[in-house]
Amino acid sequence: MYTRDHVVACIGAVILAACATQTGPAGPDLGRAASAEEIAARDISIPPSGAGLPAGAGTARQGAAVYAAKCVSCHGDKGAGKPADPLAGGIGTLATAKPVRTVGSYWPHATTLFDYVRRAMPLREPLSLTNDEVYAVSAYVLWLNGIVREDERMDAKTLPLVKMPNRDGFVDEWSKR
Amino acid sequence: MKKDQLDVPAAPRPSQGRRAFLAQGAAIATGAASAGLTANAGAQTLAGQPWERAYGAPFDGYGQPSRFEQPVMRHYLKPYGDLAPGTGAALAPIERLEGIITPSGLHSNRSHSGVPDIDPKLHELLIHGLVARPLTFSMDALLSYPMTTRIHFVECSGNSNRALAPQPLQIPAGAIHGNMSCSEWTGIPLRTLLEEAGVKPEAKWLLAEGADSAHMSRSVPLEKALDDAMIALYQNGERLRPEQGYPVRLLLPGWEGNMNVKWLRRLKATSEPTQTKDETSKYTDLRKDGRAMQFTYEMGVKSVITKPSSTMTLPRHGLYEITGLAWTGAGRIRRVEVSTDGGATWKDAALTGEERPKAFARFRLPWRWTGGEALLQSRATDEKGNVQPARKDWIALWSPGNIYHNNSIVSWSVAADGSVKNVYA
Repeated sequence: MYTRDHVVACIGAVILAACATQTGPAGPDLGRAASAEEIAARDISIPPSGAGLPAGAGTARQGAAVYAAKCVSCHGDKGAGKPADPLAGGIGTLATAKPVRTVGSYWPHATTLFDYVRRAMPLREPLSLTNDEVYAVSAYVLWLNGIVREDERMDAKTLPLVKMPNRDGFVDEWSKR
Repeated sequence: MKKDQLDVPAAPRPSQGRRAFLAQGAAIATGAASAGLTANAGAQTLAGQPWERAYGAPFDGYGQPSRFEQPVMRHYLKPYGDLAPGTGAALAPIERLEGIITPSGLHSNRSHSGVPDIDPKLHELLIHGLVARPLTFSMDALLSYPMTTRIHFVECSGNSNRALAPQPLQIPAGAIHGNMSCSEWTGIPLRTLLEEAGVKPEAKWLLAEGADSAHMSRSVPLEKALDDAMIALYQNGERLRPEQGYPVRLLLPGWEGNMNVKWLRRLKATSEPTQTKDETSKYTDLRKDGRAMQFTYEMGVKSVITKPSSTMTLPRHGLYEITGLAWTGAGRIRRVEVSTDGGATWKDAALTGEERPKAFARFRLPWRWTGGEALLQSRATDEKGNVQPARKDWIALWSPGNIYHNNSIVSWSVAADGSVKNVYA
């Protein structure tokens, strides 16, 4: 696709030969303009800033019921794990011979918990939880790890502010290369 | 043709097999003659198996392997068992394969929430975020784009995690090291679509997301997306298999398999990585000091002997071919050395396919086995000078909890009775 700006730039340069060799957009431009509504309906990723977190809220006390109904069969009582991954405990074990990696001991961002529960959990019923339930069960998992209080409200404003124990435990190998 | 030319020294008992072939054919011919078929008195008495005397099967819309090859199947790795039968991996049976292309139906595949059954008429790829023009592409639209074809391997970052078991597992090579495969991929350079959307200068990353029920997602540096990334639509000449991401997947040549997001539904240009579950909780490499390396994308230089390999038995003394696969995310394989004495001495193997970057190379070395014990190893070197590390050197770098990026040297022992075992050396 040659945009008007591109053509103008070439003519402005008065080097017509350069137009032919300049690498510009080469595709047939068959995409359809995506509307804001379409994007909002599909954009489920939540970065550490919390941008995109939906309305809603929940506490660990509320999340206990969600966990008992939807999560405990795979993740075990109080997030102990088995058959699926443990969610709680292991804090302080990462440098030992038997590291236990859980949300509490390993995950650097609380936003990732909301993001992943909403997009993928429960395994057999993904996208079935309400936003309130996702906030609540996220709060519950954080509470199991001693990271938030039982009645601490998790919402779009508070969740990104949660400081995870292993927040500084990662070395960004890409940026430092 | 002389008899000698029919006999291939490296194959097990070839001459015996040929003699059996001739004898059986003669028996059939004799049987027909002795039945006293006077009407067929003039029938051919030349050697010939039954299938040489019967009309063959009709055409077949989609060919299948010989029924005698049906046992060639992928190896399953299901860490959660029947609770999540589509969570884990199916590994390529590399011990049964040759050449450098993995057949599509045997290509390794890793999935987090099973394989979705996607109707391409309802599936779209959305490109948005820090772009001038958010665009959505139907599959029909993507199939109309100019395409490129390249051969590349895809290796799961967790491949060879079974080589870290406390004791060496006596299972086939593919069940340990087969979470990688190599295909010919055809698709659209990702750069083309990003240029159409007009990526803004502040964009440095792309969030890539699948349409499986895990909505598996990873952050991809824009630098890679504009380099050799492909929106892949075809594998080995046909449309992608469902387990390989049908109808469309991301291909990031040489980078850990998990980032090659299958069932691709969305690319969001961002200024920072999104810190998804699969780039924090998983696919990060824990060191002994308790810190973890994140965004370790390139797959290291690696090789594995596929034949002879674990669980096989050498049936005779004599000449064999040691063969296997080598690959590197850094580019081309430059050299593969093979040792039969546990690394005391090395010989250069012959290479096939080493001219292609980020693809399998096949190595071969003739070896005469006289009945003694042997310890087979291969060691690959790539064009950047990276050398495949010894197992103990690799292990020394990492926490016992780290299962990613294990590219250390693989050892197979050969006992006096010809049995080949997986060993740690």
